[in-house]
Amino acid sequence: MKRKHLLSVLSAILLGLGALAVGSQSKAQLSTPPIEEIVINGAGATFPYPVYSQWAYKYNRLKGLKLNYQSIGSGGGIAQIQKRTVDFGASDAPLKRAELDQSGLVQFPMVLGGVVPVLNLQNVKSGELKLTPQILSDIFLGNIKNWDDPKIRKMNEGVKLPKTDITVVHRADGSGTTWIFTNYLDKVSSEWHQKVGAEKAVSWPVGVGGKGNEGVAAYVKQIDGSIGYVEFAYALQNQMNVAKLQNKAGKFMLPTIDSFQAAAASADWGNAPGFYMVLTDQPGETAWPITGASFILIYKDQPNRKLIKEMLEFFDWCYRHGADIAKQLQYVPMPQNVVDLVNSMWKNEITSGGRPVWP
Amino acid sequence: MKTHSKSKFIAQKADPIFKLITALCATAILLITAGILVELIRGSGMALGKFGFAFLISGAWNPVTQNFGAASSIFGTLVSTIIAMSLAVPLSLAIALFLVELANPLVRRIIGNALELLAAIPSIIYGMWGLFVFAPFMSKYIQPMLAKTLGFLPLFQGPPMGVGILTAGFILALMVLPFISAVMRDVFQMVPSVVKEAAYGMGGTTWEVSKNVTVRYGISGLIGASFLGLGRAIGETMAITFVIGNDHRIRSSLFAAGNSIASTLANEFTEASDPLYLSSLVLLGLVLFAITLTIQIGTHLWLKRLKRRAGGGL
Repeated sequence: MKRKHLLSVLSAILLGLGALAVGSQSKAQLSTPPIEEIVINGAGATFPYPVYSQWAYKYNRLKGLKLNYQSIGSGGGIAQIQKRTVDFGASDAPLKRAELDQSGLVQFPMVLGGVVPVLNLQNVKSGELKLTPQILSDIFLGNIKNWDDPKIRKMNEGVKLPKTDITVVHRADGSGTTWIFTNYLDKVSSEWHQKVGAEKAVSWPVGVGGKGNEGVAAYVKQIDGSIGYVEFAYALQNQMNVAKLQNKAGKFMLPTIDSFQAAAASADWGNAPGFYMVLTDQPGETAWPITGASFILIYKDQPNRKLIKEMLEFFDWCYRHGADIAKQLQYVPMPQNVVDLVNSMWKNEITSGGRPVWP
Repeated sequence: MKTHSKSKFIAQKADPIFKLITALCATAILLITAGILVELIRGSGMALGKFGFAFLISGAWNPVTQNFGAASSIFGTLVSTIIAMSLAVPLSLAIALFLVELANPLVRRIIGNALELLAAIPSIIYGMWGLFVFAPFMSKYIQPMLAKTLGFLPLFQGPPMGVGILTAGFILALMVLPFISAVMRDVFQMVPSVVKEAAYGMGGTTWEVSKNVTVRYGISGLIGASFLGLGRAIGETMAITFVIGNDHRIRSSLFAAGNSIASTLANEFTEASDPLYLSSLVLLGLVLFAITLTIQIGTHLWLKRLKRRAGGGL
């Protein structure tokens, strides 16, 4: 008797829950949801995660749109957008036009950053050491093994260089930062191009590997005579010793927000198919040689018109009103000429149900 | 009448049902292990096809030219584990003997609790402590001292960076030490007092009794404890990743950086986008699985042989 009662009560509860679920689903399908209920999902590069999440928070306060971003890495971002599990992907390494067309994707640059060489050298102040592209590649190739090397001394007359061994610190994990850095070395050194190449993870000739930008920063701070590479924000936050690097125009530049913007401005975005542009070794007078952009990837043909409209509005807001937040977090907003090109790409390429979505 | 039929029902049906449920749970373990093995073999198919057994001895690791080999990872795993075990096992033995034979009850309780606390600390904390506290200590004091006294050996040459295979081995030793000594302490506590008292009665000193009776009696338990610790050390990921230096090379110096299978997987798996790269990483996982399985089988066989030779005992 008792068991029969229990069964009937349980089945009544289950039926009730099922009815509720079905009811709420049909209600949602009857009308387009208000903006508060749209959730945009993105995934990808770890480098821009701080600025994307701040932008999303601010925009949510202003307009109510919810945006989730998971920083799983550039490779993960590309994989997830290709599997259509997210609404947009983010990658530090841009896709080539052929790859974009094959998947039906478009990409556009969202935010800029720089990769800077950081040092641990006694008696040398931050920004004092001058490096040329050849010296930098020789150090990372293992050809220059000691800070007292004549090649370094020649460029740095008057700097008290210690007789310490050079310990190279690179990334242990695959990353967009490595992609940008090796892309630069690949461009400026034929020996690097032959022996190593450019990728998110490479076979480093020498050195130890730290996990993430944080790992590299930690190793460099601990090992005397070490040199590594990190995203600009990490160098600033950890107050690390940075080196001056000679750019294509021949000037020794310090890494600053202005020098990153100079690299982006002098780049020929208009003729870059699919915005495929690598900003390393750009020709500007005051350009920082190891600059990189972080890209957003979305599909050309969007099934949900409301979603893509809101997504593009968000990105547009980030371009026009997100610059202060970006600068506060040590990121570099895209220059206006690039924003105009991106807007016209949205107008021409993004459609939903056969009709253009933007403006 | 109702109660009589209910208890008869329970007596007749409950036992078989109980047996069925517990058997299902046990079978689930077998199925999960088999499932993991099947997935590992499937995922590594591409790399096995391209490299074959040469994967095990190739020291290359080049994502650009797509040439991968497990030799440096296997080397790093084995060397760091050997360093860890050669430090941890003697120390654990000493700690366990002290706790069971020599300490007074208050000290025994305090140290016993501290040991269990140490065993419960998450491995990533060990890794961070190793990177920020232990590695500088190694590079400032221990490594220069080793270089001065034993520097003629190629094992202790090279710049004292602090991070490297030696530091990773030390951190691993610290991690498995509380685990092994806790099990060893339990083994020693199970040695029956009559046996020890008989030895004391014949005039044995504490040292003689410990060496010839206590340890001898529990030898298979001790070996089992060590291999439990070994199994943990071989697969340890986060603690090693922070301090091993992550260099895909086999070097003769213990001061140099290296890498282990677990640390390579932890570092490179999420960003590995090409299929061959991913497949090589899964193959590395399969290699680790095989190493662990081999050690387990070896332990079982060795323990069986010991039991036969030693006669009674635990």
